Amino acid sequence: MNKKGIIFIVFLILLVLHQDFWNWDNANLVFGFMPVGLFYHACYSLIAALFWGIVMKVAWPTELEEWAEADDSREGG
Amino acid sequence: MSTVIVIAIYLGLLLALALFSKTLFRGTSKDYFVASHSIGPFMLLMSVFGTTMTAFALVGSTGKAFERGIGTYGLMASSSGLIHAACFLLIGIKIWAIGKRYGYVTQIQYFRARFETKAFGYLLFPILVLLVIPYLLIGIIGAGKTIAGVTGAKITPKGTIPGVFPEWTDNGAIPPWFTGLVISAVVLTYIFAGGSRAAAWANTFQTLVFMVMGILAFYLISDRLGGLGAAIEQAKESHKVRTLSSGGEVGTSQLTFLSYMFIPLSVGMFPHLFQHWLTAKSAKSFKLTVVAHPICIAIVWVPCVLIGVWATGIFPSGIPSGAILAKTVGVLVKDPIIVGLVTAGILAAIMSSLDSQFLCLGTMFTNDIVLHNSKKEYTDKQILSMARGFIIAIVIVTYIAALLLYERSVFDLAIWCFSGFAALTPLILAALYWKRATKVGAYSCVIAVFISWITFFTMSGFGGEYFVFGGIVPAAIMWFIGAGAMIIGSLMSRPPSEKTLAKFF
Repeated sequence: MNKKGIIFIVFLILLVLHQDFWNWDNANLVFGFMPVGLFYHACYSLIAALFWGIVMKVAWPTELEEWAEADDSREGG
Repeated sequence: MSTVIVIAIYLGLLLALALFSKTLFRGTSKDYFVASHSIGPFMLLMSVFGTTMTAFALVGSTGKAFERGIGTYGLMASSSGLIHAACFLLIGIKIWAIGKRYGYVTQIQYFRARFETKAFGYLLFPILVLLVIPYLLIGIIGAGKTIAGVTGAKITPKGTIPGVFPEWTDNGAIPPWFTGLVISAVVLTYIFAGGSRAAAWANTFQTLVFMVMGILAFYLISDRLGGLGAAIEQAKESHKVRTLSSGGEVGTSQLTFLSYMFIPLSVGMFPHLFQHWLTAKSAKSFKLTVVAHPICIAIVWVPCVLIGVWATGIFPSGIPSGAILAKTVGVLVKDPIIVGLVTAGILAAIMSSLDSQFLCLGTMFTNDIVLHNSKKEYTDKQILSMARGFIIAIVIVTYIAALLLYERSVFDLAIWCFSGFAALTPLILAALYWKRATKVGAYSCVIAVFISWITFFTMSGFGGEYFVFGGIVPAAIMWFIGAGAMIIGSLMSRPPSEKTLAKFF
């Protein structure tokens, strides 16, 4: 399986993890002030940031930068 | 009066900073529309995040958590962290590259070239404008209601505290026509002067202001409630979980929670975000935006959701959700300077979206309608004047419309704007990644989404939250309708020419 396939599967896993079926009615508090459901999703935000950081490390579209740069190809307003 | 002075100082600082950015303006239409592709990583993050987070980030998140509980964060914030970043990476960077290579400054310029049809712009243009205008109205009306709330008379156990200007209005509040006029004038001044470069500078300042003020409100409110532990203890138990309450008033159904994942896709089609992407100096400028966006969302939304949950222990249910943040600060903190600072934060969240939307509509009118149809060659100076003229006209029309609709609940339209843009994302995804996508597919997609949007909007009673099939948001169904129409329409028509494919793939 190539890099993009692995990234896609991890992305799908993250989508499933977002649903968080196991904490739905858990009213316990983390650190004495944050409901579990909120704590889980706050951590999820950090995991999302980490995931995209890794994606950019391993699959950054370097060729796009060069492609973006001939002057006579411009046609916009 | 101190509250008004703090707000005035904030607006003065904003204007000074944005007008300073005018000294960096290079005087060309390219600089006006896309800042000559020169915005670095930090300013790109701040302007993209500030534009994405409307007043809903502070006011709406608190109010929604007050109504629905902690599920609000998972429903709207953590899903956005994952999906927004995906859109920036998969759509934003590619759009930046195409825009930079071919000089595009609007979505329609790209779609016209990619789908080999000039007429497509006349179908998409009115739809995009119609979906952006309610946002503008929400911004101006929201600012008017926020300022009226903090400057009006207040009834307390010790008696009535008079409003700031008792000789001006019945309850002494600053009238909405004046707030709208000041907000519109401030935004217009810096957008007129410096275009997207001024917007980027202003957005950076505004985003920092509303992030800091959200945290300040969180700290002060928790302190007044006896600390974080005491604050959550006095909140209603029903709001500490996501389970749907027996009456269905609190919590979220699992079907709604799942289908809500489609709403954040809307950033892929926002015309004002499209323009911000094009301002990036390089593709690398996007790296910080992609990684830090989910973290910035958490920094703003976690405190606001907690404030909303805490408020359930302070106020009876039934209070308008939009008033919860201001009311909590007003009742618990009381200090007029702090109230002024938090209000400045709310205005910053509103204005950081308003400026980009005004600018993008002016850019679209100039490039997609006038320049596209003109046989005459305009000078760069004429193009600049034209764009500024359109922006003035849009601001005036929006201001008048906001005054006329002030008492109507335009906030209920917000979710429908998001839904419309989200449902159109198959169009941009197919254009960028599917060589077989054709103009027939593009027309089919936009028409199918428009018809389904009108149908659901009518079924909802013209606005407000609406679910189908026991909890699915219409955006999810519209997205599949749009994607299906795009696929079927494309497969039933001739593929794009080799020339077009070579140009974009």
